Amino acid sequence: MKAWMKPALATCLLGLAACAQPAPPAPLVTDPYASTGAGALYQGDLAGGALGAEASAQYFSTQVGDTVLFAAEQTSLTPEARTILARQADWLKKHGNFSAVLQGHAEETGTREYNLALGARRASAAQEYLVAQGVAADRIRTLSFGKERPAETCSDEACYANNRRVVTVVSETGAGS
Amino acid sequence: MFRNLTLALALSLTATPLTVLPALAQEDGPLRIEITDGVVEAMPVAIPAFFGDAEIASRIRDVVADDLTGTGLFREIAAEAQIARPDSFTDAIAYQDWRAINAQALVTAEVTQAGEEISVKFRLFDVFAGQPQGDGMQFDARASDWRRAAHKIADQIYARLTGEAPYFDSRVAFVQETGPKDARIKRIGVMDYDGANILWMTDSSSLVLAPHFSPDGKSLLYTSFDSGFPQIRVMDVDSVTSRPLTQGGDSMAFAPRYSPDGRWVVYSLEKGGNTDIWLMDAATGAQRALTHSPSIETSPSFSSDGRRIVFESDRSGTPQLYVIGIEGGEPTRISFGEGRYGTPAWSPKGDMIAYTRQVGDRFHIGVMRTDGSGEKNLTESFLDEGPTWAPNGRVVMFTRLTPGGSGQPLLHSVDITGRNMRPLDLDFAASDPSWGPLMP
Repeated sequence: MKAWMKPALATCLLGLAACAQPAPPAPLVTDPYASTGAGALYQGDLAGGALGAEASAQYFSTQVGDTVLFAAEQTSLTPEARTILARQADWLKKHGNFSAVLQGHAEETGTREYNLALGARRASAAQEYLVAQGVAADRIRTLSFGKERPAETCSDEACYANNRRVVTVVSETGAGS
Repeated sequence: MFRNLTLALALSLTATPLTVLPALAQEDGPLRIEITDGVVEAMPVAIPAFFGDAEIASRIRDVVADDLTGTGLFREIAAEAQIARPDSFTDAIAYQDWRAINAQALVTAEVTQAGEEISVKFRLFDVFAGQPQGDGMQFDARASDWRRAAHKIADQIYARLTGEAPYFDSRVAFVQETGPKDARIKRIGVMDYDGANILWMTDSSSLVLAPHFSPDGKSLLYTSFDSGFPQIRVMDVDSVTSRPLTQGGDSMAFAPRYSPDGRWVVYSLEKGGNTDIWLMDAATGAQRALTHSPSIETSPSFSSDGRRIVFESDRSGTPQLYVIGIEGGEPTRISFGEGRYGTPAWSPKGDMIAYTRQVGDRFHIGVMRTDGSGEKNLTESFLDEGPTWAPNGRVVMFTRLTPGGSGQPLLHSVDITGRNMRPLDLDFAASDPSWGPLMP
């Protein structure tokens, strides 16, 4: 007997009417690895197909990593942020037909205008790192959203830690540089 | 739009609202309530039904009463207690009967309407002195401007009883906020100071922040993301048309404020991640940097005499308040308390600076003298921000954000004693108030 049938049988003991024609419950997602007993769950195919999609904004955000985080009130890059930015730089150098906008953000504590300036400083720190890694400066723009566009909305450090960030948004310019 | 006319009984044309009649029985001077920490009890005022066209007279009376009681300085004596109401606007006042119910001040008025025009006459009486306080006055207005006529009368009463300049007949620009916290939709509106007569200035197509009125109330400076990057725009309020004041390039421009004479715009300009204070000639667009520091300099605000600018800078490590002359030079730090200071706003009266202060995880709106002394917190909450002064420099409005994922910004006002804090009566979330001038 398959494992998924056990709950259905248990239900029959409680309500006989439901047992007249037991409809086999279908798993919501077909899981090709269900029988392997492994922990990873298949969640569907990656958008844009498999190989060759590396030159896509989707690949950049999901595989390279588009977000770096900052400590409270800080604008200097952490070692983790440098690692991610180095990967971004590699990708940008490899895909010269893309340009990048670095969007700086701040947590909600702090005033609106100070946070705009703080986000700009964070975006600039990330930009300088990318340029130092060999990405042409004219391929990168920065702007700040301050506290206007939080990634998470709760009002404690768990969310603030993810809101103090720079998000790199890449788009295809058509011409390499 | 308005004409100040003396009534037949008035002694003279009133040039200023602070006119005090020669004292007859007033050894202690005119009836007065002062906005100080010492005031703990509101002055009882009787505002019986206005004479004339009942429907509009009643609406105008209610707005006058709301203006006065909304200050926390006055309380209205209930209509049921009023045993001595005159039969007409020209009747003699039975002071004795008003004294019996402890009315300190009495307001009488008459409203007449002729087509699209209304005319409102009013008088203010010092009940215990047994005499009028100041001259009777008449205001004429379009019927559609009836609320402004009411605010004008309330302003006269407020000014005569407090000795302060008036502020009710004024407007506030603000940002309406709708949608979820991580994707807020914002648009700029202009309303009467009490939340009535809302006019929308922008649609919700692009993110807009922090409007600031020009000294004449005719235009607004604000920050817009409509080009994709934050830049400053100017909105003409009457025609609801806007134009860019700063142009992109690779820098961000934000936090604009006018000088008191409207000639200059002071703002923040970001270049290569560093934000400084810049000054622009509003007519020519010529601009120059006022600060040259690797730290963040933002939220500038002109002094009432237009000669200095107070701003926020983190050059010491945390955001603090500094004052600099408009010629530039070395700024003077004026905030030294615990925590972080931001969004300073120089009072139009010239005596105080209001600001946002963060101590630990609590926020305050506070006021200090312009040299940084006499610091006082007026409010405390999870997040209070961005004070803007009423035209008379005795009340500030600010944004209070409630915490959490469903948190909302709401506009509040508080007077300089910190005693009369109240939310604005709006049926939507709003932030970034900017209080405009007293209207002519």
